Amino acid sequence: MINMCLAIPAKVISRKDGKARVDFGEGVLREVNIELVDAKVGDYVLVHAGYAIQVLDEKEAQETLQLWSEILEAEILQK
Amino acid sequence: MSETLRFRDPDLANRVAEKIRKLTPRKGTIKICHVCGTHEWTITHYGLRSLLPKNLEVIAGPGCPVCIVPASEIDEAVQLAQKGVVVVCFGDVLRVPGSKESLLDAKAKGADVRVVYGVGDAVRLAKKEAGKDFAFFAVGFETTTPSTALEIINKPPENLSFLVSHRVIPPAMRLLVEMPDLNLDGFIAPGHVSTIIGLKPYEVFPKQYKIPIVVAGFEPLDLLFGIFMILKQLNNGKPLLENEYVRAVTREGNVKAQELMRKVFEVKDGNWRGLGTISSSKLGLRDKYEVYDACSKHNVNVEQGVDIQPGCRCHLVVIGKIKPSECPLFMRACTPEKPVGACMVSVEGTCRIWAKAKEEQLISPDLG
Repeated sequence: MINMCLAIPAKVISRKDGKARVDFGEGVLREVNIELVDAKVGDYVLVHAGYAIQVLDEKEAQETLQLWSEILEAEILQK
Repeated sequence: MSETLRFRDPDLANRVAEKIRKLTPRKGTIKICHVCGTHEWTITHYGLRSLLPKNLEVIAGPGCPVCIVPASEIDEAVQLAQKGVVVVCFGDVLRVPGSKESLLDAKAKGADVRVVYGVGDAVRLAKKEAGKDFAFFAVGFETTTPSTALEIINKPPENLSFLVSHRVIPPAMRLLVEMPDLNLDGFIAPGHVSTIIGLKPYEVFPKQYKIPIVVAGFEPLDLLFGIFMILKQLNNGKPLLENEYVRAVTREGNVKAQELMRKVFEVKDGNWRGLGTISSSKLGLRDKYEVYDACSKHNVNVEQGVDIQPGCRCHLVVIGKIKPSECPLFMRACTPEKPVGACMVSVEGTCRIWAKAKEEQLISPDLG
């Protein structure tokens, strides 16, 4: 069952021309098209219907969680 | 990614929900609209509505690109299949009702209709079976459109053409905010459409319509934070465009993908099932690529189809005017096994998402 909007993060293991071998985790490896993005081996990409559509920013992911923690710790809500 | 679990942390979720509750005014209703089937899936699957105050509503707009494909386009696909063209489509398009039948009905009667995961598979099939004519039914919003554009630019095999059904979501959002009886207070912008289009197309919402809009990701914490951010804006009295999904969405979006789409497609007025015609909302092949148009190639044209079957209320569900449970056909005459309307067919359809959640609860009552 394929969820159309859903794009799943995967790690780029290898690449050749316009295709890349990516790891979705738990041993699930697939070949996807990477012509829509500038991705290097080791990058995480969002994959949608067989195409990488964006490179994920791990630093931003960690900063998001950091930001959320800060918001939750804040004593005073900004007016 | 290692942090995924924190994006689903129930303790964190409860704490954000508490903050949301504090920010929700006691009186009146706040209505936030999202336009993404996958957002509805997360909200329903994780029971997020049960965490929100009763007077804070999150409604599902037309975020299901399969649900809004008009019957006329399904009819065109069926006609192509009946003419002997191998029609290739995404899985959930197969059972979407046309005016009289679906592609699955046509397939049952002997037409060659094949399901694929992506447009790349259609190219592979066409190359492999060079003796047959293939047509790819290109359905989807801006998340999917770039891949179609890419394959067209890369010169598809001669025996492959495209039935283009792509649409763009911001015009539908404008339609909803302009509906006087819908009374929207804020938008959750779609996550993966935004990885492609960036933030600029949403500027009109705080600027012209004066309503908050936040781009949110797909984990439950993403959505809860998105809702929190909207409420903060409402409390501050200053509508803004904000981005919660910073790990995937940048201000400019995917520029490469945008250029490909611009090269191959132009924007036209288009019919949306249940919504009628929305101006500048549909994509069509530019003259240079007209040669790949399946309808022109095979002389197929359906002007108008029957979009809503008798008794069906998909046109109300798709703008969030009613909940699936408020449709008299829901889980009676209309079920995932025997769907009446498109909202019950597509995996991103609001009715189907609610139906599946309901079914799961019957099996495991302790879920959500």
